[in-house]
Amino acid sequence: MAQTNSHTHPIQSVESASPRDVPGAKGGTGGTQAPKAGAGIEHLVALYRQMFLIRRIEEEAARAYAQGKIGGFLHLYIGQEAVGVGAMAALQPDDYVITTYRDHGIALAKGMSPNALMAELWGKGTGCSKGLGGSMHMFDKATNMLGGYGIVGGHIPLAAGVAFASKYRNDKRVTLCFFGEGAVSIAGFHEGVSLAALWKLPIVFICENNEYSMGTPMSRTMSVEDVTSKAVGYGIPSDRFFADDVLEVEERIRQAVDRARETSMPTLVEVRTYRFRGHSMSDPAKYRTAAELEDRKKKDPVIRTRAKLLSEGYEEKRIEALEAEVEAEVMAAVKFAEESPEPDPSLLEATTYDGPFAS
Amino acid sequence: MARNIRFREALREAMIEEMERDDRVFLMGEEVGHYQGAYKVSEGMLDKFGDKRVIDTPIAEGGFAGIGIGAAMVGLRPIVEFMTWNFSAVAFDQILNNAAKLRQMSGGQFNCPIVFRGPNASAKQVGSQHSHAMEHFYATIPGIKVVAPAYPADAKGLMKAAIRDDNPVLVMESETLYSVKGDVPDDQDAIPFGKANVVRQGTDLTLVAYSRMTLVAMEAAAALEKEGISVEVVDLRSLRPLDEDTIVDSVEKTHRCVVVHEGFPYGGVGAEVADRIQRLAFDALDAPVLRVTTLDVGMPYNAKLEQLCIPQPDRVIAAAKRVLYRGQA
Ligand SMILES: Cc1ncc(C[n+]2csc(CCOP(=O)(O)OP(=O)(O)O)c2C)c(N)n1
Repeated sequence: MAQTNSHTHPIQSVESASPRDVPGAKGGTGGTQAPKAGAGIEHLVALYRQMFLIRRIEEEAARAYAQGKIGGFLHLYIGQEAVGVGAMAALQPDDYVITTYRDHGIALAKGMSPNALMAELWGKGTGCSKGLGGSMHMFDKATNMLGGYGIVGGHIPLAAGVAFASKYRNDKRVTLCFFGEGAVSIAGFHEGVSLAALWKLPIVFICENNEYSMGTPMSRTMSVEDVTSKAVGYGIPSDRFFADDVLEVEERIRQAVDRARETSMPTLVEVRTYRFRGHSMSDPAKYRTAAELEDRKKKDPVIRTRAKLLSEGYEEKRIEALEAEVEAEVMAAVKFAEESPEPDPSLLEATTYDGPFAS
Repeated sequence: MARNIRFREALREAMIEEMERDDRVFLMGEEVGHYQGAYKVSEGMLDKFGDKRVIDTPIAEGGFAGIGIGAAMVGLRPIVEFMTWNFSAVAFDQILNNAAKLRQMSGGQFNCPIVFRGPNASAKQVGSQHSHAMEHFYATIPGIKVVAPAYPADAKGLMKAAIRDDNPVLVMESETLYSVKGDVPDDQDAIPFGKANVVRQGTDLTLVAYSRMTLVAMEAAAALEKEGISVEVVDLRSLRPLDEDTIVDSVEKTHRCVVVHEGFPYGGVGAEVADRIQRLAFDALDAPVLRVTTLDVGMPYNAKLEQLCIPQPDRVIAAAKRVLYRGQA
């Protein structure tokens, strides 16, 4: 790496920005290195596979939702795949992850099985949360996926608590906490980040800024359209960049993860991204223009990564073979969900309390 | 004359008419303006009143609830929408510790004429964090009023009364009622709080309900009638103040009562009604008052389990038969 990364105090260190940096971005390394030959390209292939899996799972979920097989709210991650996949690539397996209701891609990237995810969407007993949580509440203890949460910003203090436990036990684990830019307005954000900064907890706060909170563009929710400017007030490092390239996401998040692991210093990261669908399946997204959407789709991270693989000399037929493999995995997950049993009513009490029911 | 309109239209008409009547009234909340309301209750209102009076907020429930309370203290009359009452928990401190207490803390110097409103209770398969029936948390608090209409006409009348009231009023709108239609008189005016409605006359048993559960109680009553059981249904409409008289009159006529609501069974509106009946109409009772509530567990996402948790007509019917000592327990 050419540059050291910044900044206990972000405003002191304006470093040379890569073309992908958000205007006004502070810090970061600038630029992505091309994947190295051999092992390098296999790594990019692995990231592509995950992104493609997430894309295809969610396309099938959208179809199932339209057929009434999935109920409630369904918030898709389509368009944002590079964030979750890139960030997770920077983690050790036993690091912790926690996020919002837009959680499918994060859960899969953390290692949740497609079967458990799909069955949860179907509300089946074989789902990751036994069909009790649904789309917004993907939990998987085995992979340290600490869940998706439905109250905006409510999980941010929890994330700080998880990192507190890591510091308490000195287990060298890092917590990644994802949220949208809409969450930055709510008290839970301030209180969670503020305490994490005060107590120097090993955590990375990742704001996935997809420019809209529900139907509201960020210009109407933030007085300063730069989430990382808040880091100054907490005295923690920050980073800010576009999620066009999954390897760059990995690289930039890795710096924050390393900092958390080595020095127990939290970082506030703002990753600029875009969702191609509405806020949820019931949102026709009339608040943005078709031209804007088309423009953003030109940067589709899944297509870009595929193109990059090709330009790096990876054979198309190997990509196709991999895609066919993912396709089979996705369809198997749909079948698994379809054929799984409904959860038993006896679960209701048993999951409300541990031990005897306290009525 | 009356028009057959949806619940959400009735609420919107009430807000529009009151905003036209009184320029101190304004609407504030997430997505109420440009997006036309998450549940389209405020559709068209931004065009009509502009963004000075129909105000989109960031996701900051505690903040904008507090802003509403502050504005109300000094003479405005805010209507604050929560996208659902589930999220009002984030603003609970503002409502409990400020809105409800201001008048008393100030020795009666300051009023807080604010309306908090939005969809409440379960929707369809939205999981535990989006399915709470929140009314009983609020109905326990002195200093605020809580209403929960079941029909469009009541929704319009109670919303108008809420906006004109000089106290904080909470309007609990069931999310699953918004598209339900009903007749609303052309000249529907404000409906005074604390007046329950006997929406069905009967002699064998009283069902007390409110909000969407009134419709469930009506469905159960129709089924029971086919078995020769005559059911009276009391729609509370207003939870605080609570209309004891109508409840007691009905129980004195039928001698048996079942309360139906979507909140949890521990404490809550059902417990309150049961307590009042045993204190005020003990001699009239031929059976203990029963409650049909949401099960005492977190709300599951799975559709069948969700239906199992939320009161359905069959559970109301079973409880009715129990207080009539018919059928099994
Ligand atoms: C406290 C709270 N208020 C309101 C909502 C309703 N709500 C759900 S998602 C959302 C928009 C969030 O936008 P953002 O944080 O940018 O995340 P994105 O959906 O874009 O990923 C809103 C207002 C909620 N879930 N919780």
